[in-house]
Amino acid sequence: MRLNKIILSFVSALVILFSTSVASFAKVVGDKIILGAAISLTGKYSSNGVHTQNGYNMAVDRINSMGGVKVGGKTYKFDIIYYDDESNPKRAAQLAERLISQDGVEFMLGPYSSGLTKAIAPVTEKYGVPMVEANGASRSLFTKGYKYLFAVLAPANLYLDVAIETAVELNGGKPVRIAQAFEQDAFSQDVRLGILDAAERTGSKIIIDDKLPKELNDMAATLVKVKQMRPDVLVVSGHTKGALTAIRQIAEMKVDVPMLAMTHCDAAKLSKQHGKNSQYALCASQWHKSLTYKDDFFKDGMTYAADFEKEFGYDPPYQSAESSAALLVFKDAFERANSFDQKKVRDALAATNMQTFYGNIKFAPGGQNVDKPMVLFQVMCDASGSCENKVVAPLKWASAKLIHPIPKWSER
Amino acid sequence: MDFLVFQYPMITVQACLDGILLGVLFALIAYGMALQWGVMNIINIAQGDLVILGGYIAYFMYLYGIHPAWGVIVAPVIMYFVGIAIYKLVINKVVDRDLFISILATFGISILFMQLMNFAFGADVVLANSGYGTTMLFDSNVVLPNSKIFSAFISILFAVCLVIYMKKSKLGRAIRATAQNARAAKILGVDTEKVYAATFGINAALCGVAGALISITFTIHPYMGLPYTIRSFMIVIVAGLGNLPGVAMSGMGLGVFEEFADYILGTEFRIGSVFLLLVLILVYRRFKLSRKREYLK
Repeated sequence: MRLNKIILSFVSALVILFSTSVASFAKVVGDKIILGAAISLTGKYSSNGVHTQNGYNMAVDRINSMGGVKVGGKTYKFDIIYYDDESNPKRAAQLAERLISQDGVEFMLGPYSSGLTKAIAPVTEKYGVPMVEANGASRSLFTKGYKYLFAVLAPANLYLDVAIETAVELNGGKPVRIAQAFEQDAFSQDVRLGILDAAERTGSKIIIDDKLPKELNDMAATLVKVKQMRPDVLVVSGHTKGALTAIRQIAEMKVDVPMLAMTHCDAAKLSKQHGKNSQYALCASQWHKSLTYKDDFFKDGMTYAADFEKEFGYDPPYQSAESSAALLVFKDAFERANSFDQKKVRDALAATNMQTFYGNIKFAPGGQNVDKPMVLFQVMCDASGSCENKVVAPLKWASAKLIHPIPKWSER
Repeated sequence: MDFLVFQYPMITVQACLDGILLGVLFALIAYGMALQWGVMNIINIAQGDLVILGGYIAYFMYLYGIHPAWGVIVAPVIMYFVGIAIYKLVINKVVDRDLFISILATFGISILFMQLMNFAFGADVVLANSGYGTTMLFDSNVVLPNSKIFSAFISILFAVCLVIYMKKSKLGRAIRATAQNARAAKILGVDTEKVYAATFGINAALCGVAGALISITFTIHPYMGLPYTIRSFMIVIVAGLGNLPGVAMSGMGLGVFEEFADYILGTEFRIGSVFLLLVLILVYRRFKLSRKREYLK
């Protein structure tokens, strides 16, 4: 009995020793560049967490199969260590700490959502680990003076201000009356700030300014107010549930509003699952497959979407596309730095100026991407009732003309 | 603060109607809670999660092309057996213990259910479209989605059926007897173990109906259960156990209260106002009870 215990403890001590010694080799091992990522594979962000992971994996496979990364005359391949952060900011910060100090990871990829990125950024900053993130858009990430944080996506305050500007333009340059409802999380509140800025710029007036709770599933009150006060634009942002609740209740309550602008329409699968109810909704998106940006790895959006569909069996949401782009940015930076020195890689990242299938990428001093405008698409349905997202703004990439004002429910 | 309610009188009508329709649905969930609280002395924290699970049943029917309204028949049947299973696995071990143990146990079940639903169905917010259209009243100034009317109607139907069942059937009488005095019922030959299991099953079935209705009228999500638990808890403590008209009235009252809180304070305080009301009622009841106690002294 006693002997057994001794043997057991000896073996487990060996296992622990072995595992830590293996782990501490990780970073750039042999011909592998090991990146670390904490991703929400379970918990409330798990669906978007999986989109993020699929995006990362797709790009790793593609870059590795097309020659890898060339640094100092040698070819390296990407590899990623994933941990599940359970959609929990505290856990994400712990895992970042573990990736860096135990697993010896020297370069990080971002998690999903602004909240988790906010939790991880102080850790990567403390250790001087460059992090390229693709799913944290909150403006507050870019005002803290982080030196090692780079985001390939446009900040949240730019999501919907295009919609307000378009509404003013269609109104003959005259100010419009805006009704808005936002969830009270970091992301949605940043979208709201963007609208406030746009309203001030154009002299528009905000006549309804509602805040939505986290447990939102009923926004009838806001919509009744909209019905009574007849604004020119209704803006809603509350992640997937905000988009779904709004679409369902606007259709059920037959709320007529000339322009309806939202976020998270593609995550909510509006055009596919809610068809005619979602018709004419304007949606902000970081990316759409019909955009004509190009790169050597994925060619363009359409090819990316087709390849992604072949591999994972669904149409890529923008969360996957931007995650793939993060890997392209890392590859480019490693090659320009021609070194694995964290400081040199960081400087190379800061000097990034490239085009990917996802868009142009160039970082401001705060770390946000300033070279890629948001796009707006509109849900459009044909006579048979099948609906599709069509890009309507900015005009340069528009594949359809914006339908404005939205026809009244009684005329549909 | 927003006083739109007073500027546009039609909003008041809208808020009252919305609140009543919503309240009837809350009352159904609360009735299930009152039933098993009364019979087994268990406060079921997992009540809301059972509701959400019922909602997922209707949602999956919708996904497979069956009209989600059939969920109000299928969901309670499935949920009845889920309820029995939960009883056999966990609740029967805590049923005679003190309230604190049962709260901990059902809290555990609640967390487990949330995570399992998240694991099985994903973290997406989903809903089932009924395609029922809309009723317009008062020159289309007041709009009532037919799905809300449908859900209120079904809730009332189930509540009435259950009341009749409790009065007329053998099991119903046994349940009522056990609620009044479990020991005496046992002596008189009632198999209380069976009664407990059936009660928990019926409660889960009611949650199933409510869940199916919620997936038709609102949205469902693995983590959205707790607000329903809190609401039903509140309705029950306001109405008291075994007071069915009280449950219906306080359900509707809560619905209307919520709607007005939404209009006047803003949507962000909707759930918050429910919690605040809960605290106020608890404090008030304590105050009232302590006065009674002094009187006894």
